[in-house]
Amino acid sequence: MQKATATDLEIADLKEKARQIRISIVKMLAEAGSGHPGGSLSAADIMSVLYFRVMNHDPGNPLKPDRDRFVLSKGHAAPVLYATLAEAGYFPKSELLSLRKLGSFLRGHPLTDLEHGIEATTGSLGQGLSFAVGAALGLKLDRSAARVFCLMGDGEIQSGQIWEAAMSAAHYKADNLIGILDRNRLQIDGDTEKVMALDPVADKWTAFGWHVVEADGHDTKALCAAFDAPPVPGKPTLILADTVKGKGVSFMEGKASFHGVAPSRDEETQAMAELGGDA
Amino acid sequence: MADKQATRDAYGIALQRIGNQRDDIVVLDADLSGSTRSKKFGAEHPDKFFNAGIAEQNMIGLAAGFASTGKTVFASTFSMFITGRVYDQIRQNLARPRAKVRVVGSHGGITVGEDGPSHQACEDVGLMRLLPNMQVWVPADGPETERMVEASLDIDGPVFIRTGRAKCAIIHDENYKFIPGKGEIVRDGADLTFIAMGIMVGACLEAAETLAAEGVNARVVNMASVKPMDADLVVRCAKETGRIITAEEHSIVGGLGGAVAEICGEQCPVPVMRLGMRDEFGRTGPAGELLEYFHLTAADMAQAARGFLK
Repeated sequence: MQKATATDLEIADLKEKARQIRISIVKMLAEAGSGHPGGSLSAADIMSVLYFRVMNHDPGNPLKPDRDRFVLSKGHAAPVLYATLAEAGYFPKSELLSLRKLGSFLRGHPLTDLEHGIEATTGSLGQGLSFAVGAALGLKLDRSAARVFCLMGDGEIQSGQIWEAAMSAAHYKADNLIGILDRNRLQIDGDTEKVMALDPVADKWTAFGWHVVEADGHDTKALCAAFDAPPVPGKPTLILADTVKGKGVSFMEGKASFHGVAPSRDEETQAMAELGGDA
Repeated sequence: MADKQATRDAYGIALQRIGNQRDDIVVLDADLSGSTRSKKFGAEHPDKFFNAGIAEQNMIGLAAGFASTGKTVFASTFSMFITGRVYDQIRQNLARPRAKVRVVGSHGGITVGEDGPSHQACEDVGLMRLLPNMQVWVPADGPETERMVEASLDIDGPVFIRTGRAKCAIIHDENYKFIPGKGEIVRDGADLTFIAMGIMVGACLEAAETLAAEGVNARVVNMASVKPMDADLVVRCAKETGRIITAEEHSIVGGLGGAVAEICGEQCPVPVMRLGMRDEFGRTGPAGELLEYFHLTAADMAQAARGFLK
């Protein structure tokens, strides 16, 4: 079931959605006063393509059994998930300003909340892929056509459990599972290759039995093509997305220091000017 | 009915039965399915049995994922490796989101025997009891294990069930009904109460028999539901018998004894004597010899009671 190539109009729309998602991320983090902008912004284009082109889901019927599932293994990027869900209509965008506040369902890291579109509890890194493999195999048992998408950070694949999960996905032929690696090359303590080297990343996933597709994680057209390509029967797919941490806000781009520090109000104003949002 | 049966054997039988009755059962193991007895299910339902290999952390995540698609999941391996080794995975993936996963730790306690303390989980019940949303059940015999597996089907959140390797006395018949949150008086008495879990229930019953011949009437409570615990029954026993001895094949810290002492301390202070592993690791040796070494035999229970009543 090859999808028709995305039209220029659709690409423009997906880019606009990503811009809106970035605006929401900056605003909600500035309001919260804490949180993780860098890895949220790096994934905005991926999330736009997933939620507004690739995934079968219905914000009006969040529990529909045949929905595609999304697992945010890099749970600290919760803002990009929440911003995307709000953009899709799972809840009003005004809710985003309650991020990290007592009583809000927009927790510091995601807790399963199907009504609001949050499929998995994450935040302790390196664990989301295991959940995703289990969900994919469970859906296969039900002969469901639904797929499972799991977004991982590159830093978290230093965790051994990721490779346990990778091994099991290939062993059990989870070809309805699509992992996405947000390869922004930065973790809190700095360059991933200096903290704990990951390269050659693609070779590692290939060796573990995955079908690897590399794409520029900020090139919407390339992302569409990567996700549209048919899976290899019997193999899980990894989209290796080359990204820039903090993408879209000049003073955050490529800065490990913005991994877990929220923008100030002044920085928010500056970011809005760059993103074309209201301060 | 056999006189003795290991609770792990009953687990295997129960899994087989519910697997034939229901479509939603998925069973996972981590390369110890022969020992935990989940292999029987796997042989009959190969499409619903997933061996995670020696990768327990991934197994817990897989379990949560299966549960998210509406499956009732049983994940089993040695209790040592399905509690401490994967504590964070259980906390984050099962306890916090209340996943319908039954974490079944076999080979609990020192009666693992010759494999030694690397494999003897004496902290597992305490670890699991600390987790919000987690129920903790320890069967006293085979029939109770089977009833627990069945009862777990009605529980939406996670449950930890601890089974054992050693064959132990059968004290329940087929009419027994396990109720989560309820303790069971298996022998009545007014002079003191033994509150026990697992294989220690049988040992305490034997001790009570010995004590009866000496004119001491000991009550024996099977506290199979360690969490939620039947606080009303604990308080009743405290009031009616004045003294409580807890008995567990587990550390006296944090497990059954700790929980009973917490309830008594808050609601009905009476002397509580905790019998079990005294903040120590197990040893290598035959199970029977280890029970003697750590003073966990029926004779030890009776001797402790005599001293407690002086």
